[in-house]
This record gives sequence, structure tokens and C-alpha cells, in this order.
Amino acid sequence: MESSSEKFLLQGNEAIVEGALAAGCCFFAGYPITPSSEIAELMSMRLPKQNGTFIQMEDEIASIGAIIGASLAGAKVLTATSGPGFSLMQENLGYACMTEVPLVIVNVMRGGPSTGLPTSPAQADVMQTRWGTHGDHPIIVLSVSSVADSYEIAVHAFNMAEKYRVPVVLLSDEIVGHTREAITLPPGKPMEVVNRIKPSVPPEWYVPYENNSRGVPPMADIGSGYRHHVTGLMHNAKGFPTSDPQEVDTFHRRMQRKLDNGAMEIQMSRGFMLDDAEVAVIAYGAVTRSALRAVKMAREQGIKAGLLQLITLFPVPRAALDSVLRQCRAVLVAEMNMGQYVREVRAVNVSSNVKQLNRFDGHLIKPDEIFGKLMIL
Amino acid sequence: MEKNRYEVRFGGSGGQGIITAAVILAEAAGVYGDFHVCQTQSYGPQSRGGRSKAEVIISKQEIDYPHVIKMDCFLAMNQPSLDAYFSDFEPNGLLIVDSTFVEQVPTSRAISLPFTRMAREDLGKEIVANIIALGAVVQLSGIISLASLEKAVLSRVPVKFRELNQQALQAGIAAAKQVNLGTLPRSSVTEEILI
Amino acid sequence: MVEHASVIRNDFLRHDMQFPHVWCPGCGLGIVLGSLIRATAKLEIPKDDMVLASGIGCTGRMPAYVDFNTLHTTHGRALTFSTGIKLAKPELTVMTIMGDGDATAIGGNHFIHAARRNLNITAIIVNNQTYGMTGGQYSPTTPYGSKATTAMYGHIEHAFSIAELAVTAGASFVGRGTVHHVTQLDDLIGKGIRKRGFSVIEIISNCHTNYGKMNNLADPVAYQMWMKEHAVSVKKAAKMSVEELEDKFTIGILADIDKPSYIEEYQKIRDKAAGAGS
Repeated sequence: MESSSEKFLLQGNEAIVEGALAAGCCFFAGYPITPSSEIAELMSMRLPKQNGTFIQMEDEIASIGAIIGASLAGAKVLTATSGPGFSLMQENLGYACMTEVPLVIVNVMRGGPSTGLPTSPAQADVMQTRWGTHGDHPIIVLSVSSVADSYEIAVHAFNMAEKYRVPVVLLSDEIVGHTREAITLPPGKPMEVVNRIKPSVPPEWYVPYENNSRGVPPMADIGSGYRHHVTGLMHNAKGFPTSDPQEVDTFHRRMQRKLDNGAMEIQMSRGFMLDDAEVAVIAYGAVTRSALRAVKMAREQGIKAGLLQLITLFPVPRAALDSVLRQCRAVLVAEMNMGQYVREVRAVNVSSNVKQLNRFDGHLIKPDEIFGKLMIL
Repeated sequence: MEKNRYEVRFGGSGGQGIITAAVILAEAAGVYGDFHVCQTQSYGPQSRGGRSKAEVIISKQEIDYPHVIKMDCFLAMNQPSLDAYFSDFEPNGLLIVDSTFVEQVPTSRAISLPFTRMAREDLGKEIVANIIALGAVVQLSGIISLASLEKAVLSRVPVKFRELNQQALQAGIAAAKQVNLGTLPRSSVTEEILI
Repeated sequence: MVEHASVIRNDFLRHDMQFPHVWCPGCGLGIVLGSLIRATAKLEIPKDDMVLASGIGCTGRMPAYVDFNTLHTTHGRALTFSTGIKLAKPELTVMTIMGDGDATAIGGNHFIHAARRNLNITAIIVNNQTYGMTGGQYSPTTPYGSKATTAMYGHIEHAFSIAELAVTAGASFVGRGTVHHVTQLDDLIGKGIRKRGFSVIEIISNCHTNYGKMNNLADPVAYQMWMKEHAVSVKKAAKMSVEELEDKFTIGILADIDKPSYIEEYQKIRDKAAGAGS
């Protein structure tokens, strides 16, 4: 599909691969797990064709270790997994946050906890993406709701990872991952590709974790002449271990600042029929699709309903949420878990009327269920 | 296609090729035709046993909910799948069963055609029963053009099996042409009653 | 040796920013560090092309002191990071230094799979039979019957033989040395780095502070004498009986085999894939 645009019937998982490759991904390490394995399988076919590298590691801990290593050596990297594997990745995910290594992890969510429901969808890993690894840390979490999204948001995930030197978790779910939809590739208008900034000073002047105004230090590839030290210990601007309170404080504040600075482009959402909405559904991932249908059904009944689809889950898109919460007399947060993201929504504006609709039996919430709730909001 | 959203469900056991059939139908509609499509399937252990299902939503507009809400068409290739997935029917929907394996039909509105027996006896390859059935589904429902369907079938099969699959497709279409939909009894559930 | 000392201090150590080091006086890790630098200096590989990665523990602190591209990763996972680096930039010389707990307990699975995979990485495992940094708990190489802070009644598990494990797992080159046999150690590390394929150098070292204190080896010199008395060369061991080898360990080269490295094998995959069309 290199030359001219063509239409393909792809699964969400396959579209993520296409998006990753379009963004310049050249390294994948992973471990088989349902329902994400198609991503590894397709990567193993595609990457060697374009001089990239695929490797199946001994577990998910090793998979994320390998992509961190490859990213430090300059590659754009991806791994893909589901809940049990994502749990194993938390340790090295923290390392990537600490050392500011750009990488993208796809979590195609299935029912949990533990082995749970391997072939059924869920959205119950949401809070784990934010707080799964220990310690305060910056992270970006994006979610996809369709095949088209899977492609575009995958590109965006790489762009954000590279621009902000931060791990990005791309949340899909069993439904989106396995649903086939038609998609035109490459897209009519090519998408922007962002690359990490490399040092422009001579090696002896290089400060690998400098506290610059963006909060994002230029990143030298291993082997490019800028010999430096990378450690998971708390480190100073030069990259060496420190426990100096001032340096520790500076580190944490810079981590926070770098994502605050990019809030406008990091925090993405889509509004549907919100202009005059008096009630709204807030949803992400596959549930968005049920919610959209429910909102249309409600409109047919004369209810001024709207939908806010969250693409970015973390950092929480406060501005978009706050505007909907202020405008609507009530909102309904619909998600396939026992009520996770609804807490974030309530925290945005504690005085607003936030209701929740949860389903956690391994099935997608049906439009009727959301419609029923909307009717009595 | 008259309706804005047309929902198709295929049921059968693992090995009957229902997922392949669904993918081909989706490709015919979405890649070789000008429709929006959503194709899903049931994953898991049951797809290797007696029943599994695959669904295709075909629409002129962007598709929101990706699963079947009210089936417009259900193709059942065996009894367990028919029993498990025969519900959520649109009044006057199309029920097509493979009479080779389905002995009990739940309604006199069902259309019975011996897809597997045709594949085995007429074409010598049981494996193309799904393509025969697909030809019949498209002929009877008229959801997409037969030309798009043929393109999709041929793009999915290896060159040496092209002729076999083309024959299977034509056999399905021919069998469906013998069916007169006008003679089917009307559904006892009508739109008026529903509302 | 005078020349060596100045080379180490001026060219290879981050002497201006990272010293004093964290190791106890008399620790074998200083000898390992010296040996590693002499071996790499001799190979004349530019420092920009050298990578030294480590996990967690006393041994894990070594990369910070050396002026290579250095990486201090998570506990047991160093080889996974090295795998990524080597695959992304095969032209780099990648060394991974680990402790016995790091490499064979928490990182045991990564270790045997790295050996099986045969990527061109040199794994140096400093085996001091204990978890030194956390205070002397028993590790996978703590001898049966000895004491540890988590085995004050005597250790009831049997120890791994790291080098033999590496041989069985498929490493291309396996050597074992001690911090007492330094000339041999320099040679083993040099050979390990030059080997195309996965190489393992197990180094018997001393933690007199923790392990030694509890097992009558509190003096580093006595500890080294223990090494001298219990080490038998591979050649000599071949002529000895099982009984004679009872409380001994072999030193020297345990395996040196030639097979294509992972990088060479993966290039074949790329060639096949490129020829396969879309």
C-alpha cells in the first residue's frame, strides 16, 4: 500500500500497525496475548520489509525493556499487549517515564482482573494506565473508537511521544481491535510526522536532562557521540543519581510542566450535537459508538442530547469537560467498567450533576441502555 | 439497498467459513462498493465448537453502533447457531438456513437451501459451501451488487481456486433465483404492533 | 601497570563527576571494573561505540563510573534493554553487567532467553553469592548450608552454576574467572567482547561485608585466598574425579562455539521479506 491510495478492509489492530508505520515506527517488541496479537503478527511481516526490526520477547517485561533500549538508540518504537501483559509492563513503564523515553504501548483491553475474559471487551484498565506504575509520573493516554481512529490516533500517539519525550498508552479494546471497517490508505492528505529533537550543541556541552523552557530536553541517540548516563534513579540535569531536595523538586516540576505546556494539543476530544445540548453523554473507545446512536435516538424524541467523545483520557481534558459540565444540566458517563473515569469527570467540576452507566459483563453497552438513561436524566 | 442500515448475521460452526464469508461481504460492500461497513465476530473457544457468529453492518452513512441491533438477514449454517442466534429479527427479515445441517426451522418464513450438499455433490469441495451461501444471501437480499461480490471473492482466493469459487458463487446465485420471496408468508409481527 | 592505571583514570572513568564510588573497601567490583576497562582499552573500540548496561544492585552501579554510553536499568532487566539497543544499532559494542541475583533470580528468564537468542552481547555476571546492596540475603548462588540474613539457620536451597547454565542455554561463548585471577579475567572479557554471538563471563567475586561476615570470610584477603584454593582450571578439572571436584569450581573457557548471531539471522529475514512483495 505504498504507492497510491487504496481502500482496505482492516481490523482496528491492523489499522494501528498502519498508523504506527506511517508515523515512522521501525522497531516492535512484543509477546503474544489476546486480543492484541494481530498487531505483533502484522508487524512481524511488515517491519523487516522496510529494514525495521520485529522481535518476540520472552515476556512483556522484556518487550518493553527492548523497546526502551531501541528508543534510546534512536528508533521509534511500539509494543502491544492486553491487561495481563500491561500489568507486567508497569515496572519498565515507570523507567521510561523517569528517563523520558518516547514509546507507544497499545493496550487492547479485555475483561479483568487477572486472566479475566480474554476474548471479551472491557474498559477497566483506564486508571491503571494513569497510576499503574509507582510514583508520580507524567504519561499520556489516548483512546480509539474505530478503525479510522486506530490509524490516526496511532500516528498522533507517536507524535506526542516524540515531541514530549513521554510514554504514550494507546487504549483500544476487543471490539475496536477486532472490528473490520473500510479505510483509505494512505489517507488523501498525509498526516504530520513529528520527530524528537536532538542536541545541536557539541557533545561536551550536552546536558541530557536540562531544565529548559519547554521542559523537554533534546535527546541524543546512544552511539551518536553524546555519551551520557541513563538511570532509573532520581537524577540531576547531567543524568547522574541525586537525592538533593532541590534537584528532586526541579525534576518533578519539569515533568509536570512539559505536559502542561502542550495541553492544547495533547488533550483531544470530539463533540457531537453539543451546541444546544442540555444533557450529554461522555464516552470513550467503543462505547462512543453506542452513545452516538443513543444521542440520535434521544434527539428523535425531542431531547436536546449531545456527546463528548474523549480521545485523550490523561492528562484529563479539563477544558472540554468543564464546558460540557457547565452547559448541561446533567451528564452521563458511560463506560465498560464499574465506574473509573467518572471519578475524573466529577473531579473537574464537583458541583455538576454527573450520572454513570456501567457495564462489566464482557459486552458492549447497547444504545438502548444509554438512551434509557438519557430519557430520565 | 433501500434501507439506510442493513444488518447481516452469519452463524455456523468453526470450519464452515462464516467469518471468511462475512469478511468477503464486508469487503464487497466497503472496498468494492461504496458503503460504510462494520464487520465483527465472536471470538473465543465457542468459535471452535458448535456455534460462532460473524456480523456485517452495511450503511450509506457512517456506522455508529458496530453490532446487530435488529437483524435484516440471518444466514444459519448449522442448528446450534440457528438456535443460539435466532432472535433480534427485523419484521420481514430474511432467514436463510443450510438445510444440510438444519432440521428444525423456527418459522415458516425461513428459506432452506442445501448449501453444503451442493458444495459436496455438485462442486466436489465442501469447503466452498460458504461461498455458495454468500451468493444466495446477496442475490436474495439485494444489499450490494453481484459484481462487487465477485470482485471481493476473487481477491480473497488463491489463483488456482478462482474457478471453483466462481462456480460456487454462481451456484448460490442460481439456487437463490429459484426462490420466490413473494410467496413467503408475511410476518405476524408488524411495524404497527411494534410501535 | 603504571600505563594502565593512568589510562583507567584519565580516559575511561568519569573521575570528575562520579567519585567516590559506593562500593565497600576491598570489594571485588573495583577489580572487575579495572579488568573491564583494560580489556576494552586493548580492543581500541571508540568509547562512543561502547555501551555498558546494568540492572540493580552493587554491580548495577558500575556503568555510572565509566565514560561509555551507559545505562542503569531496572532489576534483572538489563539484558532486555541491551537487546533493544543492539537490534536498533548493531554496530555498537554492547556489554551488560549484572550481579548474581540480578541475572539469575529476577532476571533469570531474560538471561537464558538472551543466551538462546544469541544476539551479539557480552554479559558479565559478577557472582558474590549474595544480595550485597540490600544487606546479605540469600541469592540463587548462595551455597547450600551457608548463612544469609534471610537464612540465619543455614541455607537449604542449592546454588545455580551460572556458567554451566549459560552453556546449556546456548551461549556462544562462556567463561568463568575470579577477581583473584585478574590476568585471566582481562583475557576472558576481551574474548567475550570479540565473540560474535552471546557471550557470558561469570566472575566469582567477594562480598566480605555481608556474605563473608556470616560465613567466616570477613577479610577480603582471606576471601581471595578461598577463591585461589577452590578454583580449578577447566583443563585440570577434566582429569579430576567427581569427588575431587566436590567443593571446587572451574575457571577458564567453558564454551566457545560458532553459529550465526541473531543479527545475521535477522538480516536473512529482511532479505526474504523484501523479496516477498507486498
